[in-house]
Amino acid sequence: MSDAILEVRDLHTHFFLRRGVVKAVDGVSFTLKRGEVLGLVGESGCGKSLTALSVMRLLPKGGARTLKGEVLLDGEDLLERTPAEMREIRGRRLSMVLQDPQTSLNPVFTVGDQLREAIERRRQGASLSEIMKEAVAALRRVEIAAPEQRIGQYPHQMSGGMKQRVVGAIAISGEPQVLIADEPTTALDVTIQLQYLKLLKRLQAENGMAILFITHDFGVVGRMCDRVAVMYAGRIVECGPVKRIFEAPAHPYTRALIASVPKMAGSAGRLATIEGQPPSLMDLPMGCRFAARCPEVEQRCLDAYPGTVRVGDEHTADCWKVAAG
Amino acid sequence: MKRYIARRLLQGVVLLFMVATIVFFLGRLTGNPVDLMLPEDATAEDRANLTQTLGLDGPLGEQFLIFAGKALHGDLGNSIRMKQPAVDAFFDRLPNTLVLIPWALLLGMVLGIPLGVVAALNRGGLLDRAAGTIAVLGVAMPSFWLGILLIFVFSVELGWLPSSRMGGPAHYVLPVITLGTFLVAGFMRITRSAMLEVMESEFVKLARIKGLSETAVIWKHCLRNALIPVLTLWGVFVSNLITGAIVTETVFAWPGIGRLTYEAVIYRDFPLLQAVIILKSILILVINLGVDILYAYVDPRIRLA
Repeated sequence: MSDAILEVRDLHTHFFLRRGVVKAVDGVSFTLKRGEVLGLVGESGCGKSLTALSVMRLLPKGGARTLKGEVLLDGEDLLERTPAEMREIRGRRLSMVLQDPQTSLNPVFTVGDQLREAIERRRQGASLSEIMKEAVAALRRVEIAAPEQRIGQYPHQMSGGMKQRVVGAIAISGEPQVLIADEPTTALDVTIQLQYLKLLKRLQAENGMAILFITHDFGVVGRMCDRVAVMYAGRIVECGPVKRIFEAPAHPYTRALIASVPKMAGSAGRLATIEGQPPSLMDLPMGCRFAARCPEVEQRCLDAYPGTVRVGDEHTADCWKVAAG
Repeated sequence: MKRYIARRLLQGVVLLFMVATIVFFLGRLTGNPVDLMLPEDATAEDRANLTQTLGLDGPLGEQFLIFAGKALHGDLGNSIRMKQPAVDAFFDRLPNTLVLIPWALLLGMVLGIPLGVVAALNRGGLLDRAAGTIAVLGVAMPSFWLGILLIFVFSVELGWLPSSRMGGPAHYVLPVITLGTFLVAGFMRITRSAMLEVMESEFVKLARIKGLSETAVIWKHCLRNALIPVLTLWGVFVSNLITGAIVTETVFAWPGIGRLTYEAVIYRDFPLLQAVIILKSILILVINLGVDILYAYVDPRIRLA
C-alpha cells in the first residue's frame, strides 16, 4: 500500500470562454498522504478552489473543462470514472466542506433531513430511527449542543459557526478517506475559526482521514497542516513540510506570502505587501509567472519557466535561483 | 400571525371600497339599461317610469350613496334582468367556475413545472428553445381565439368533443385547455428562471458532494426551492383564471361567473355587475391571503409578521 491517498499529476483545468481561454489550473501536481493535512495556499483567484472542484469532478457550469492530468484516489484515476461511479465515490471516499456555511445548507430542509441523506448512503436498509440516531451522534461528534433538538431545526435557525459544523458533519458522515476543506473558516468569526480548526483536527485524528486544506491564510497553515503546497497563477510553486517552509522558504513568492502574515509580537511597522498583480490567466507569461513581481528577477526568469527543483527532503520549488543554488 | 391577517383584511376592505366605486361609475359609462329593455317605440313616459323603478333617476352621486349604504349592510341589490338578488345569482353560478379552475391550474402545473425544469437543465439547448416557443405561444394566443380554434378542430371537424355548455367530463376538456394554456407558459417561465438560480447554489454543490443522484439533486433539492417563487404566483394565477373565465366561459357557453360578468356588462345590469365584481374581488383577496399563509409553511424562513 502506497502512503499516498490522493495524487494529482499535471492537472489542467481551463475555462473556455468566448473571449479566450482562462488557464485557471495549469499543470498542478501534489500528493496527499494518508492521514496528513496538506495545506493548499495562495491568493484569491490562483486556482485553489478550481483544483478542488476538478478533483471532485464538480466543475462549475460555463465552460470549465479538465483537459489533462491524473487524479489518483488510492491509485484509481478519478478522471476516468463515469458520472455514476463518481457519485459512488463522492461522500463515501472523497468529500468536501465548502466555504460559506450560510449558503451550503438547503434552506427548506431540516438539518436532520440533510444529514440523513448522507448517512443513508452508507447505511442502506437501516431503519429511519437508526439513521436518525446516527444523525444525532454525528451532530454530537461535531460538538453541537442539544443535538436532539437541533436535528429538527432549519439552517436559518442556526448561527454560522453551527451551520459550518453541520456541513462538516454531513461531509464526514460517509467516513471519507479524503476531505477537501475549501477555506472552511474564511466566513466565520475569528473566535469561531479557531474552534472549528480544532474540531477538524480532532475529527481527523479520530478517523484518520487525510485533509486537503485550502486557505489563503498562512497563519492557519501553521496551525493545521503537516505539509503545505503554495499555489500561484495556476501552478504549485513550492511544496514542503510546514516547518521547513516557514523556516526556509525557497520560492520568493512563498517568502513574500509569509512576510505578509501579520505578527502579534514585535514589529509595529507597516505590513509587508507584494507589489503588483498576478498575471492574467488568459495571457500567461512565457517564463516564471511570478517574475513580474519578483524582487530577484533575472533574464532567464523571463525567458523560460523553471522546472520543479528538489530543495531538500520532501521540499520542492519552481525557481531558477533555487536551481542554481 | 393574527395581527398579520387582521392587517391584510383591513387592507382588503379599503381595496374593496375602491373597486366598488370604480365599477359603479365605470359601469354607468356604458349607457342606460332602459334602452335595451324597452322596445324602440316606447314613449318617453315609459322610459321615465322604468328608470325610476330601477332607481336610476336622481343624480349619480346620490345613487352611489344609496348603493354604498346598502352594500355596507350586505345588500347588493337585485339583478335587473334576472329579477333575483344579485348575490344569489353570483353564488348560483360560482360552483360552475370553481370546478373549472382547479383543473386549469393542475394543467398549468403538471405541464408547466416539468417543462420549466427541463428547460433549465438544457439552458440554451434545443429543448430550452422549444419550451420557450411554447411559452411565447401560450402567452400570445388570446383565449377567445384558442377557444374557437379548439372548437373548430375538435368539435366541428373531428367531432370528438362537445363545443359548449356544462355536462360530463368531455365537456370540461376544451374549456380547461383554453383556460389553462397561458398558465402552462407562466409556470414554465417561472420554474425555469427559479431553477437556474437555485442550481447555482452552494447547497446544490453540497448535495452533489454527498453523492446524491442527479434525480435527487434536481427534483428534490433544486425544485423544492424553485417552487417558492412559483407558489407566490399561485395567487396571481388564480386571479388570472377568475378573470380569464370571462372570455373562456363566454366562448363555451359555460354557465359560470365569467359568463355572468359578460352578461351583466352586455345587458347593462348594473346591480349584477357591481355584485359580481365586488364578490370576485373578495374571492381573489381571500385566495391571495391563503397563498401567503401557505407560503410561510413551504418556506420555513418566512414568519408572517
